[in-house]
Amino acid sequence: MASPDPSVTDRVRALVAAHRGDRGALLPILHRIQAEFGYVDSDVVPVLATELNISRADVHGVVTFYTDFRAEPAGRTVVKLCRAEACQSVGAEQLVAYAERTLGIKVGQTTPDGSVTLEQVFCLGNCALGPAGQIDERVHGRLTPARLDALVTKAVDA
Amino acid sequence: MTTPVTVYVPRDSAALSVGADLVAAEIERAAAEAGRSVRVVRNGSHGMLWLEPLVEVVTERGRIGYGPVEPEAVADLVAAGLLDGADHELCQGVVAELPWLRDQTRLCFARVGVTDPLSPEDYVGHGGLTGLRRALELTPAEVVAQVTESGLRGRGGAGFPAGIKWKTVLETPGELKFVCCNADEGDSGTFADRMLMEGDPFTLIEGMTIAAYAVGATEGYLYIRSEYPDAVRTMRRAIAVAREQGWLGGDVLGSGLRFDLHVRVGAGAYICGEETAMLESLEGKRGMVRAKPPIPAITGLFGKPTVVNNVLTLASVPTILADGAAAYQALGVERSRGTQVFQLAGNVARGGIFETAFGMTLGELIHTYGGGTRTGRPVRAVQVGGPLGAYLPADGLDLPMEYEAFASAGAMLGHGGIVVFDDTVDMAAMARFAMEFCAEESCGKCTPCRVGAVRGVEVIDKITAGQDPDGNLALLGDLCELMTEGSLCAMGGLTPMPVRSALLHFPDDFTARGEKSTGRYEEANS
Ligand SMILES: Cc1cc2nc3c(=O)[nH]c(=O)nc-3n(C[C@H](O)[C@H](O)[C@H](O)COP(=O)(O)O)c2cc1C
Ligand code: SF4
Ligand code: FES
Repeated sequence: MASPDPSVTDRVRALVAAHRGDRGALLPILHRIQAEFGYVDSDVVPVLATELNISRADVHGVVTFYTDFRAEPAGRTVVKLCRAEACQSVGAEQLVAYAERTLGIKVGQTTPDGSVTLEQVFCLGNCALGPAGQIDERVHGRLTPARLDALVTKAVDA
Repeated sequence: MTTPVTVYVPRDSAALSVGADLVAAEIERAAAEAGRSVRVVRNGSHGMLWLEPLVEVVTERGRIGYGPVEPEAVADLVAAGLLDGADHELCQGVVAELPWLRDQTRLCFARVGVTDPLSPEDYVGHGGLTGLRRALELTPAEVVAQVTESGLRGRGGAGFPAGIKWKTVLETPGELKFVCCNADEGDSGTFADRMLMEGDPFTLIEGMTIAAYAVGATEGYLYIRSEYPDAVRTMRRAIAVAREQGWLGGDVLGSGLRFDLHVRVGAGAYICGEETAMLESLEGKRGMVRAKPPIPAITGLFGKPTVVNNVLTLASVPTILADGAAAYQALGVERSRGTQVFQLAGNVARGGIFETAFGMTLGELIHTYGGGTRTGRPVRAVQVGGPLGAYLPADGLDLPMEYEAFASAGAMLGHGGIVVFDDTVDMAAMARFAMEFCAEESCGKCTPCRVGAVRGVEVIDKITAGQDPDGNLALLGDLCELMTEGSLCAMGGLTPMPVRSALLHFPDDFTARGEKSTGRYEEANS
């Protein structure tokens, strides 16, 4: 394993220190790491294990259990489309197929230029206004192919 | 300068998902241009989601609503007299008098949509803290008794009596006890927890504080799924306000009660809604389901006695304390007492929140209030209770919304989510999805669920491909049986419910497959 970049190690240590008083702080810490670096590099696993005094296997187990924690950086814009039942009832599958076609990638992939990552999600709590999707941090409702195109273009251009 | 006109534009994330922020900005801009002074308040949503963004203007007649308002329409609406409550094709009249709202019994959602969610003055001005103050006059055991007598059952799905759970925690000795609120709300078709947290967060804080007092807990955790960033932000701000107000902290309302509350964010795992998996996650571990016993009430978070309740269970407690157990118990039917916050979702013309006493029929909710499907096509199937709930056929909707009636019909009320499908739905695909979802979200601890769900997908694929349909249907039946009987928790245990109900009510979808394609919805509705 490559030895982690010292600045990253320091930063991870600082994040752990910021949660020192919290019970069971691993998830909040991982969220902070993900927010700051965009993903949870395998290099931070041993640092976290040492700082929190738990095994590497335990940290690794947690990182891989939760879909939110990425092993690699995502594209600059992340598009998540809801595929749960309520959105399916108003055409979510067709919207997903449309997005895959127009972006030229499958769910779970990133466009070759690194601009867009397309992902699926099961429910965004917007089930009366489906099909729903999330583009970066914002949830959108009543999505149509045209509205999706406009929103994705806007996010990519921003 | 004249007194400013008060305009309400929701900050609920459903409203934001269709442009409410832009609408609010446009109103400020158009008003300034027209030389009018306005005060824009960002309220929660009333839950009439088909009308979002719903703009309300305060007039002498009351709050006049306009919706759905698109950002592009604001300038014209202001020119047409929106700020004076003038008539317009988008004008809905006085919002509080709309049948959809008037016919509800809003206890849990009484303030949602009405107040500014983060204003402590609004909260107290609309009856907030009455329940907590009343609770603090009683002994903890008396508070527990009130909750038991109210008949309140857990709103997270299983419907376990809240008072009995609280009594166990109260009677379990311990220096350190916890109250954990389950705000993981992963079920498709449900959004009431989210709307409550975004629209009236202090109610949940008050409910958790009452629970803490009743059982002797000093620390609370609110586990919110990461798909709800707005709810996370709102709850964090509300907790900070509550601390400033002395509603949380070392001396709650000057009573000497010590209770503080922390928000924790999930990380995209449906199974963390199962209470023991949630506790594992709160402890910083993988969300693996724990075997029961021991029950969380005795051995919960970090091994300590712990109350775990759903958002709506806890948010119903303040009203029970404020108005008395008898008033709450007087509502509802049979063993389902009080109100339930139903959520109309999916292919429905008027989707949103409908809080009413238990007992109204499913058909009345869907047709009278929901207005049938959004596409205007016939209703074909309805899934109640989330991804683990049964599919009901269009002619089976005269079922009263009540725990036992649903159970006898082989269905489940769950968290009160109602997902409507029109006649383009392919029920074999929905059954397959149920298995696929279970395979995707299983925690992996037990074989019937982990392996059974994967096998389930394969078997359904064989059936729909016409490979030995009879043999494979029998195999699917056995598989469902195995998952039901052999799974450790309801994830694997209840996944057969949507599958079997789809098979029972819509057998033709599995076998008589003509040239059915996934494009049916698109073709039918283009
Ligand atoms: C797979 C699975 C997912 C669940 N998801 C939730 C959830 O998102 N929210 C919730 O309150 N309860 C959920 N539950 C139910 C909880 O295990 C538990 O019964 C509930 O939080 C107890 O609170 P209550 O009695 O107030 O309902 C889930 C159960 C299972 C088996
Ligand atoms: S039934 Fe599924 S989710 Fe539940 S404990 Fe077993 S493997 Fe985990
Ligand atoms: S099912 Fe898509 S937002 Fe809930």
